[in-house]
Amino acid sequence: MSSDCTLAELCVAACAEAWRDDGEVLATGITVVPRLAAGLAKLTFNPALMMTDAEVFLVDEPVPVGPRGDYKIKPEGWMSYARTFDNIYGGKRHALVAPVQIDRYGQTNISTIGDRTAPKAALLGVRGYPGNSINHPNSYFIPSHDTRAFVAGEVDFVCSVGYNPARWPGGKRPPFLDLRLIVSNLAVMDFGGSEHAVRVRSLHPGVTFDAVQAATGFALQRPADIPVTPLPSAEQLHLIRTVLDPTGVRATVFKGDPPAARSPA
Amino acid sequence: MLDKRIDIEGFLDGLADGMTLGIGGWATRRKPMALVRAIARSKLKDLTLVAPYGGPDVGLLAATGKIRKLVFAFVSLDHFPLDPHFRAGRQSGAFAVRELDEGLAQWSLRAGAMRLPFLPTRVGLGTDIVAEAGMKTVRSPYDDGEELLAAPALRVDTAILHVHRADRLGNTLVLSPDPFFDELLARAADRVIVSTEQLVETAALDLAANARFNPFERSVVSGVVEAPLGAHPTGAWPDYGIDLGHLKTYAGSAAPEAWADYRARFLDVGEAGYLEAAGGDAHIRALPAAVY
Repeated sequence: MSSDCTLAELCVAACAEAWRDDGEVLATGITVVPRLAAGLAKLTFNPALMMTDAEVFLVDEPVPVGPRGDYKIKPEGWMSYARTFDNIYGGKRHALVAPVQIDRYGQTNISTIGDRTAPKAALLGVRGYPGNSINHPNSYFIPSHDTRAFVAGEVDFVCSVGYNPARWPGGKRPPFLDLRLIVSNLAVMDFGGSEHAVRVRSLHPGVTFDAVQAATGFALQRPADIPVTPLPSAEQLHLIRTVLDPTGVRATVFKGDPPAARSPA
Repeated sequence: MLDKRIDIEGFLDGLADGMTLGIGGWATRRKPMALVRAIARSKLKDLTLVAPYGGPDVGLLAATGKIRKLVFAFVSLDHFPLDPHFRAGRQSGAFAVRELDEGLAQWSLRAGAMRLPFLPTRVGLGTDIVAEAGMKTVRSPYDDGEELLAAPALRVDTAILHVHRADRLGNTLVLSPDPFFDELLARAADRVIVSTEQLVETAALDLAANARFNPFERSVVSGVVEAPLGAHPTGAWPDYGIDLGHLKTYAGSAAPEAWADYRARFLDVGEAGYLEAAGGDAHIRALPAAVY
């Protein structure tokens, strides 16, 4: 443990846990923290994980984020666009992505905010969220935990399927729907509540359950004992800082790059 | 002798207002930008664009008011996540949309390519894309009885693709590390026009060595336009990489004055003028591979 661990580094370690028990699957982490987390999981506790260079090759060691200098990727296989979907349909993948909105069902949105015809904000589009969410395990990283991200009711445009029977065909749960973790700047959550309700699994250092609930647009399930999210180990911090992100891209994730240990509000 | 070579004017002559146009490539990679710029400069209007994996192609046609309806899964400049002109057009409701998942688009193109009305999938079930596009479900006739999405076939009147090498017969090579879904889009099109980095003799395609880079048989192709550097500012690796500097300028052209400036410098100058304004042959050929 290190007292100067940043919140970004804490979130990398927390996100890495998503892949701990996955075995030999494709780990896809989109945006800086999830991508570092996939690399950290592979280097520390799940060496069987597969990952890509974020373009077209499977690599047998995680590619550092940011400027690469003399670093050369180490390809071990081909993961073309077509093969990416073949892999998805086979289910041997766990994606950790960063949606803009999430709701009580774990449904997420990266398409439009507000009215659908003339939206307040047009984002990327649904991308591969519908297919990912119905074919293989998914986890989510939400760097700004507030009621605009963790919305009341449903997200503005449902891009990924969640635990909402009203939207399932014939009310029947899709056979491969499997939502795992939500990691935010305040807490780690899962879908382990009754009827897959979102449950707080650990609180980041200095954060209270009440603070997380106040920043969430729906009721969170509160276990009797909620541990503190563990800081990355000294080995993990070393890997994050010198191998996975040697140029410090992670410092741009949170404004001011705050420390992991906040003073309680 | 079969000869499918056409020039930009011949390409434009084959297009019509209100048609459905498919665009190959992926975000900032191997987009047929010379053909897209020709459309942007033309009088064509009311296009239905099938650009599932959109980039500056969609933005440019949005900025020039060519789109009536957009069928897409995303529009992104990748290193600069959002295209300013797609975003402005989308937010003002300037064009209708049908939004598809990336893999669902592949499946719909495959159905179109196979001349089937639909292909079954789970992709999309439980999300808002189903109702928005008026998609329907179908029940498995086998013992499982599962309710699946019937991904409707997607077909286009004309598809435009950018390839690395082509001969006058329409034999092509796509040499980049990822061919994306150009093959499916081509087979889902009534006509396919390819722009090519180099127009070569058939023997120079060296198919004995390059068989795996030959995306489809020549009967798929209707026209071949020689357009060196025709993917710029998107990349056509290994011939040249993505021009991040140019894309940054383009991404900053959201405001009316900035767009007027971009248009004057890069669009209203013809294709030769474009390439010169974009830095010229030597600059573009030296663009490095992108880093992600």
